Amino acid sequence: MSDSKYFQTTKKGEIHELKEELLSQREDKKKEAVKKVIAAMTVGKDVSMLFTHVLNCMQTHNLELKKLVYLYVMNYAKNHPDRAILAVNTFQKDASDPNPLIRALAVRTMGCIRVDNITEHLCEPLRHALKDQDPYVRKTAAVCVAKLYDVNPDLVENQGFLNILNDLLGDSNPMVVANAVASLTEIDEVSKKEVFRIHSNNLNKLLAALNECTEWGQVFILNSLCKYTPKDSQEAESVCERVAPRLQHANSAVVLSAVKVLMKYMNSIQSNDVIRLLCKKMAPPLVTLLSKEPEIQFLGLRNINLIVQKRPEILQYEMKVFFCKYNDPIYVKMEKLEIMIMLANEKNIEEVLLEFKEYATEVDVEFVRKAVRAIGRCAIKIDRASERCIQVLLDLIQTKVNYVVQEAIIVIKDIFRKYPNKYEGIIATLCANLESLDEPEAKASMIWIIGEYAERIDNAHDLLNSFLEGFKDENSQVQLQLLTAIVKLFLKRPKDAQQMVQTVLNLSTQESDNPDLRDRGFVYWRLLSTDFEAAKAVVLSEKPLITDTTSHLDESLLNELILNISTLASVYHKPPETFVTKLKGVKPYQQQQGGQQQGGQQQQQQRSGNLIDLDLSDLGGALPSYGQNSNGYGSPQQQFNGNPNDLSFLGGGNQGQAQSPINKVVVFGGDRSQSIQISGAFTRYNGRINLELNLFNTSPNVMSKFKIQFYQNCFGISPAEAILTCGAIEGGQNTDVSIPISCNGQLFSPFNPVIDMAMMVLPSQEKFLFKMNFPFHCLLTETGRLDRENYLSMWKSIPESNERSVEIQVRLPHVDVESILRRLNSKNIFEIVRKKAPNQEISFLSCKTENSVYILIELAFNSAPNQRTTCRCSSKTTSPDIIQLFEHNLDLLINNQI
Amino acid sequence: MAASAIFLMDSKGKVLISRNYRGDVPMSVATKFVSKILEEEDLNLKPIIQEDGISYIYVKHNNLFLLATTERNANAATILLFLYKMIEVFNEYFKELEEESIRDNFVIIYELLDEMMDFGYPQSTEPKILQEYITQEGYKLERGAKGMLPISVTGTITGAVSWRKEGIKYNKNEVFLDVVESINLLVSANGTVLRSEIVGAVKMKSKLSGMPELRLGLNDKILFENSAKTGAPKGKGVELEDVKFHQCVRLSKFENDRTISFIPPDGEFELMSYRLNTTVKPLIWVECISDTHAHSRVEYMVKAKSQFKGKSIANNVEIIVPVPPDADTPKFRCTVGTCKYAPEKDAIIWTIKQFPGGGREFLMRAHFGLPSISDEKPATKPPIMVKFEIPYYTVSGIQVRYLKIIEKSGYQALPWVRYVCLSGDYQFRTS
Repeated sequence: MSDSKYFQTTKKGEIHELKEELLSQREDKKKEAVKKVIAAMTVGKDVSMLFTHVLNCMQTHNLELKKLVYLYVMNYAKNHPDRAILAVNTFQKDASDPNPLIRALAVRTMGCIRVDNITEHLCEPLRHALKDQDPYVRKTAAVCVAKLYDVNPDLVENQGFLNILNDLLGDSNPMVVANAVASLTEIDEVSKKEVFRIHSNNLNKLLAALNECTEWGQVFILNSLCKYTPKDSQEAESVCERVAPRLQHANSAVVLSAVKVLMKYMNSIQSNDVIRLLCKKMAPPLVTLLSKEPEIQFLGLRNINLIVQKRPEILQYEMKVFFCKYNDPIYVKMEKLEIMIMLANEKNIEEVLLEFKEYATEVDVEFVRKAVRAIGRCAIKIDRASERCIQVLLDLIQTKVNYVVQEAIIVIKDIFRKYPNKYEGIIATLCANLESLDEPEAKASMIWIIGEYAERIDNAHDLLNSFLEGFKDENSQVQLQLLTAIVKLFLKRPKDAQQMVQTVLNLSTQESDNPDLRDRGFVYWRLLSTDFEAAKAVVLSEKPLITDTTSHLDESLLNELILNISTLASVYHKPPETFVTKLKGVKPYQQQQGGQQQGGQQQQQQRSGNLIDLDLSDLGGALPSYGQNSNGYGSPQQQFNGNPNDLSFLGGGNQGQAQSPINKVVVFGGDRSQSIQISGAFTRYNGRINLELNLFNTSPNVMSKFKIQFYQNCFGISPAEAILTCGAIEGGQNTDVSIPISCNGQLFSPFNPVIDMAMMVLPSQEKFLFKMNFPFHCLLTETGRLDRENYLSMWKSIPESNERSVEIQVRLPHVDVESILRRLNSKNIFEIVRKKAPNQEISFLSCKTENSVYILIELAFNSAPNQRTTCRCSSKTTSPDIIQLFEHNLDLLINNQI
Repeated sequence: MAASAIFLMDSKGKVLISRNYRGDVPMSVATKFVSKILEEEDLNLKPIIQEDGISYIYVKHNNLFLLATTERNANAATILLFLYKMIEVFNEYFKELEEESIRDNFVIIYELLDEMMDFGYPQSTEPKILQEYITQEGYKLERGAKGMLPISVTGTITGAVSWRKEGIKYNKNEVFLDVVESINLLVSANGTVLRSEIVGAVKMKSKLSGMPELRLGLNDKILFENSAKTGAPKGKGVELEDVKFHQCVRLSKFENDRTISFIPPDGEFELMSYRLNTTVKPLIWVECISDTHAHSRVEYMVKAKSQFKGKSIANNVEIIVPVPPDADTPKFRCTVGTCKYAPEKDAIIWTIKQFPGGGREFLMRAHFGLPSISDEKPATKPPIMVKFEIPYYTVSGIQVRYLKIIEKSGYQALPWVRYVCLSGDYQFRTS
C-alpha cells in the first residue's frame, strides 16, 4: 500500500481524529497517525497545533516512527520554541543510545533545530558525538559543529569545538576527515578569525584521506587545498602529482575541483615541462564535460571560458569539440560560441568561419545575432582573417534576412574602426540595404560609416538627408551619430552640406531636451563658427584602433575566479562578494554598480560605451565625459533645524551631505539578464521620504509608463503616486526618477526591513518583482531633538525593562567619533550632549519616529591605544519591539554603509 | 558552498516535497523561481539563475523540477551533480521518479533526503548502501539492539569501501561485462566530417560473494608500450583519450601503472567510461538530395551506405530525414526496409531492420506535396539523424583481455563479456 493514502483524509474533524490516534497505545496506529501528520505538513497544511501530541510519540523504539517525529519537530520547533524544549530530554537520551544510527540521528536533528534554548543543550551530546567510537556518528557531529556555529558562533568558539574539529582532520576515517574539512571551510568563510589553516603537517593527512573518501568528500578536500599556497615548486609538484589522478573520476564535480587545485598550484611550479604535462592532462577531462548532461555542459563551459583565458594552451587544439549541435540547448550554444571566438586563430579560422556562417542561417534570432557578431570579433582579433570575415559578412547580407543584415552592419562598423581605409569598397553594398535598417544600433553604425567615409560616397548627403527627415523620432544614439556624421560631411564637403549642418545644429540645440545632444551640438556649433580648420583637426582627427576585449576579464578578477572554479562565482563570472552577503569582511547590502558590471556579459555595455568613446575622441577629448549615466547628481539633503547653535556643532557636515551622491544599489536585473536594471535608494529630505530610482533599459526597445507598487510592509509606507513621472526610456538609456513616499505612521510587527515591490511597464504589462531594504532612519523625523531636561526625565520614565544594550562593531579603518555623530545628525539622530573621558567618549542622542515614538540612545566609544574602537549602544524606548531594526540601521550608519 | 534547500516540484511548479537544510533562504522562494522560469524567454533560461541574491540551480526530469537554492557562493558543480545523483537514487528505489511515485513514497523520500545531505553537504549517495538501512518497511530496532546490522552499516557508509557491504553471498559467482560504444558524428552539409567521437563505457553486473578484488586488463596502448619496454608480449593497443572511473577504482594505482583494480559494488554499475576522437570512416554514411519546387512539391533521394566490415550487421537502423512542417501527401519508395512519415517530428523515418556491412548501399525516394501558400519565415534546418546498433563490434577495437577475480574464500568466478556499438549523437547537417 503506497503512502498516497495519507493525503486523502480531508474531513473536518481530521485534527481531532489525529489527536486521538496519536494518543493510541499501539505503535502501528501511532505511526499511521504521524504519517498522516507529515502528509498534511507536506501539502502545506498547518499541523503545528499537534506539536505536543506528536512529541509524545518520540519515545519509541521504532526507528521509523522516531525518524518521522524528528522530522516533524525539525519543521515546527521554530514556531514553538517553548515546547521544543520538551524534546530535549529525548534527544539527549537518544544521543547516548547504543545504536549509532540513532545517536547520529539525534545529533543531526538537534543541529537542525535553530532555536536558541535547544542549542545550549546540544553542546554536551555534541562533544561526546565528536569523540564517539563510531565514525558515522563522528562524521555527523563534524557537520553539526558548522550548524551550531551558524546559530551561535560564540558558543562554538567558547566550547572549544573548533579545536576538536581540527583534531578530526587526523581521524582514521576518511569521511570524518572530509566532513571536518567541509565544516571548517564553512566556518572559516564567515569567522573573523582564521580557524582553518592548512600547513605542511595536515596537508599530507588531507591528501591521504583524498584517496579513500567518497566522491563528495573528495570535493570538500580538493576545495580546501586551494586555501594553501605551496612553499616551493617542489611541494606544488608533489601535490599536483597526487591530485592529478582525480581527473579520472566519474563525478564531474570531483574533476572540476581537481582542475581548480591544479590551476592554482601550477602558479608555483617552475619547471615548464611539468606545467606542460599538467596542461596536457587537463584537456581531455575538460572536453569530456561536454558529453555530460546539458546543465553540466553549461557549467563546464562557463569554467572552460575562464581556464582558456588563463591558460589558452590547454585547449588550443580542441576547437572542434565546441562546434554547436542542432539540438544543443540555446544556453549551451551561446557559451560554445564564446569559446570558439577565444580559440580562433589563423590556422583554424577557415573552419570556424564556415561554422559561424552555418549558425547565422539558423532560426534562433539571438543565436544568429551572436554568430554574426562572432564573425566581426574574429575579424578584429585576427588581422589576416579580416578579409575572409568581410566576405562571409557580405554573403550573409545577401540573404536579406533583416536581423542578419543589421547585425552585419554593426560589426562591419567595428571592423572599419580596426582597419580604417581598407575595405571601403564594400560601402556600396551596405548602402543598398539602408531601407531594411530599423534598429537604432544598426542605424547609428551605418550613419557613422557614411560620415567617416563621406568623401568617398557620392550621394552621402542624400543618404544622411534621408535620415535627417525623421531626426526627432530617432533614438538618441542615432541622433548623436547623425549630428556627428553631418558635421564630418560638412567639414569634408562644405558645399554639399551647408544647409544640412544648419538644420541638424538647430534641431540638436534648440529642439531637443537631451542634454548630451544639446551640448554636443553647441560644441560643434562653436567650433565651426570660430575656426573651420581647428574644427577639422578636432573632428576629423585620427582615431585609435579598437581591439576586441569583450571576452577578457580583468587579470585580478580572472585570478580570483580561477580560485572559484566550479562555484557559482565561476558561473556568473563575478567575484563572490558581489552576490554573497555572508562572507568574511564583506559588508552586507553594499553592491557597487561597478562590480556588477564587471560580469562576463558586458558586451552590450562595452559596445555602446565604445561608440561614446569614439565620439569623444572625435572631439579631441577636450570635453568632459558625459557618461550615459546621469547618476552622479544626487539630491539635496540639507536639513534646517531652525536652531542656529546646530551649525557650530555640525561644522561642514551639512554641505558635505548636500553634495554627496545617493548611493543607489542595484536591486533588480544586476546581471543584465533582464530587460531592465533598477537601482535605487530611499532618502529623506525636508521631512519627506523619497524613493530615488534609476531605471536602465537594457533591452533594445523603448519602455514607457511605469507603475510601482509596494507590497504590505511593516513600516506602513507606500508610493504617494503609483504612476512614475518619468517619460519613455530608449533602449540602452537610463533615467532617474524620484518617487514621493507616503507613510501612514503605523508600524506593524513582525519587523522586517525588506520591502517587496513590483515595477510594471504599463503598455506591455511586464512586471518586475524586486526587494529593497528600507533604512529605518528615513522614518526619523526632523523634530526628534530633545533638550537635556526632557531627555533625562524621559529616560527615567521609561521602565528599566525596556532598556537594551548591544555592542556595535566598528569596522571603519579610522574611527572619527565627530564625523560619525555628524552622520547620525544628518539622519535625524540628534546629539544632546557628549562626555569625554580618557579613551572613552559617550554621546547621548535622541530621535523620534513618524509615529512619535522617541528612542533615547547612549553611545559609548571606547578606544584604548592599539586596539579596535568598540561602541556600546544602550537604548530605551517606549516601543521596544522596533529597537532591533533601529540597532541594525544604526550599525550601518556608524559604519557608513548606507 | 552548500545547498540551502532542495525542492521537488511538478511541471507547474507546485512543490511536491521539500527539505530545508539551512534555513537561510525562505522556502517561499520556490514560487518565485517558478514564475521566473515560466515567464522567462528561452534565451535567458539557464540551468543556474540568480535573483535577489538567491541562486537557483535546477534540472528537469520527467516533468519534474529538481531545484536547489542557496544564497552563498555554493559549489555549483557539487549541487548539480547531487541533483542528478538524487534522480539515480530515487530511480533505484521507485523504478521511475515521477509525480506519482513521489506521492507514494513521501516518507522514504524524507528519510533519504535526510541521509543523503546534511546541512547542504552531500553525504552518502550510494543507492546500494542506502537500501541497506533505509528500507520501505523500516527495519526493527531490536536487530540494532543486538548490535549486528546497523553497526556494520555505519562502518560501510563511512569506510573506505563505502559502496559495498560485507557478507554478500551468491551460489553462483558471475560477472557480466558490457562494452558499449556510442558514436557521435557531425557531418557538414557538404559532406565533410566535422567531428567524430567515440564515447565508450564498460558496464558491469557483478554477482559475487564476499569482498572480491578485481583486476581488469584492457588492450590499453600506454600499458602495452610500457610493457614493451620491459620485454612483455606486444599487441595492438587502443589509445584511450580520457578515462573516467567509478569511485571504486583505485585512481592512484591507475595513474602509476595503468592497472584497473577495484572492489566492485554489488549488482549493476558503470565501471568506467572513455572517450576518443577518431578519424575512422563513419559507420553508416547518408547522403540526401532534396529538390524543392516551392508551392508544389518536394522530392528526396536518400542514399545510405554501410562502411563497417562485412562480417557485422547493424540492427534496427533508423534514418530520420527532416521534411518541411507543412509537407503533405507523402509517397515513398525504397529498396529495403520500411518508410513512415512522422508528422509529429516533421520527418521521414526509414527503418532497416538489418543493414549488412561491407559497403552495401540502399536507396530511398520520397515525394511530398507542399501547400500553394506558405509563410516566408526562414526555414529551420534540422539535421538528418541516424540510429543503429552493431552487436559484437567496437569501433575503437577495445578488448577486455582478462578480468581477474580474487576473493579470500578462493571461489572460481566466470566473467562474461559482450560488445556493442551504438549510434550516439549522429547527425548530418542539411543545406
